[in-house]
Amino acid sequence: MSRDFYIFSNGRLKRKDNTIYFIDCLENKRTLPIEQINCIHLFGEIDLNSKLINYLSQYGIMLSFYNYYGYYSGTYYPRKKNVSGFTVVNQANHYNDYEKRLYIAKAFVDSAVHHILKNMRRHKEGIEDLIERIQNERKNIEEAQRIDELMGIEGRIRKSYYKSFNKILKSDFGIQKREKRPPTDPVNAMISFGNSLMYTTVLSEIYKTQLDPTISFLHEPSVKRFSLGLDISEIFKPLIVDTVIFSLVNNRVITFDEFDIEEGICYLNEKGRKKFISEYERKLGTTIKHRKLKRKVSYRMFIRLECYKLIKHFIGDEEYKPLKAWW
Amino acid sequence: MEFNLDNFKVQGVKVNYYYICKRKLWLYSKGITMEQNSDRVMIGKLVHENSYKRLKKKEVLIDDMLKIDILDNDYVREVKISSKMTKADKMQLMYYLYYLDSLGIKKKGLINYVKEKRQEEIELTDEYKREIEKTLIDIKEISQKRKPPELVKLPYCTKCAYYEFCFVKEEV
Repeated sequence: MSRDFYIFSNGRLKRKDNTIYFIDCLENKRTLPIEQINCIHLFGEIDLNSKLINYLSQYGIMLSFYNYYGYYSGTYYPRKKNVSGFTVVNQANHYNDYEKRLYIAKAFVDSAVHHILKNMRRHKEGIEDLIERIQNERKNIEEAQRIDELMGIEGRIRKSYYKSFNKILKSDFGIQKREKRPPTDPVNAMISFGNSLMYTTVLSEIYKTQLDPTISFLHEPSVKRFSLGLDISEIFKPLIVDTVIFSLVNNRVITFDEFDIEEGICYLNEKGRKKFISEYERKLGTTIKHRKLKRKVSYRMFIRLECYKLIKHFIGDEEYKPLKAWW
Repeated sequence: MEFNLDNFKVQGVKVNYYYICKRKLWLYSKGITMEQNSDRVMIGKLVHENSYKRLKKKEVLIDDMLKIDILDNDYVREVKISSKMTKADKMQLMYYLYYLDSLGIKKKGLINYVKEKRQEEIELTDEYKREIEKTLIDIKEISQKRKPPELVKLPYCTKCAYYEFCFVKEEV
């Protein structure tokens, strides 16, 4: 069972013999067991060398970097070992054929909306009108003829959804509107932070499959990011990130003390990030008995299963139906 | 018609998969592999690495195609964890014998079930030669299909590295 490691302090990450060491600025040494690493997230200022990168690549371990504010900068994505040209060619065919592309894009949006509504129904007092508005808007997904139309529907749904946060969040936390660059209030800061974590988690699951992360369907391919990661994240953001936010705020685990504001940018400080990540990791590890597989499946594994279903769709095995959480 | 091995050469694992599951064979032949995610495969690897350490000729690569576990004087040996998939393991080794035979190398086969501390000796007969040829023709045909063979539930599906891949579905 491999897991993600998060490094918050400054220091040096190095390989000595066949072990990974992290040496912090006070010369404290910590070993990271190579077989158990899925992905390493670097929040501090870290020195590293090619010897380390080469070693991590052998094991297919990704390195994700975050800037001073905790916002995602990029990922070192090692050379893929499980390559299937056949799958990639077919994945590309599903992008190039607009009908086929639209089918998959709609599936992603519909699944996202399913999970959005699931969150809202759990806290439905006072937001019945917003729920209804989204249910009505959802009907347009099926009829959409173009991707930008679909994006528009999704945008309107998200707007209503974020409005409901003011009722769902039981404390002084609130949100005026979604602000990405940069977030100026704690809720936006958490959404942005959570979404970057989601993106890297999805990416590390895509990496374990034969999918090509640059060929996407809802988002336009290869603009700045591995956009298939953004596509699949849509499904899991409400299911994982948003529920983490609700639980942190409503159980008063996170307070205003865990946020800093500098020059109008609001961000989680180190304490806040640790709290967020520990709840996020707990959520990813939570298992649900899968009704088809008849075995326990973690939230993280659900992401991989989504990749498998896409592969099956691309190779003409079985039509893709997105996850719609039933529990 | 004379069977020409050159046109049908495959890795031994494909012969093994042929007897386990045609769908698995197809997926594997398209590079859709799941083995790196499987704990069972990891165990197999460890058993392999830790068995017969004193023997020198381990992991012999022949013709860039066959990865033979152990090669000693009279025998080609294959290391397996359990004897559950007897037919598949036997035919994989039979294929190695066939392949070596076509290069003019005559050997017998030994399958070592290390955990069970048991081994089985096999010999290539004309009958088996025909069966291998038929299998190789079939493997080529299956690999060239555009779609994977349909899912068939087999008793050992739940143990397979492809289990989640094959059986994940949404209701409705």
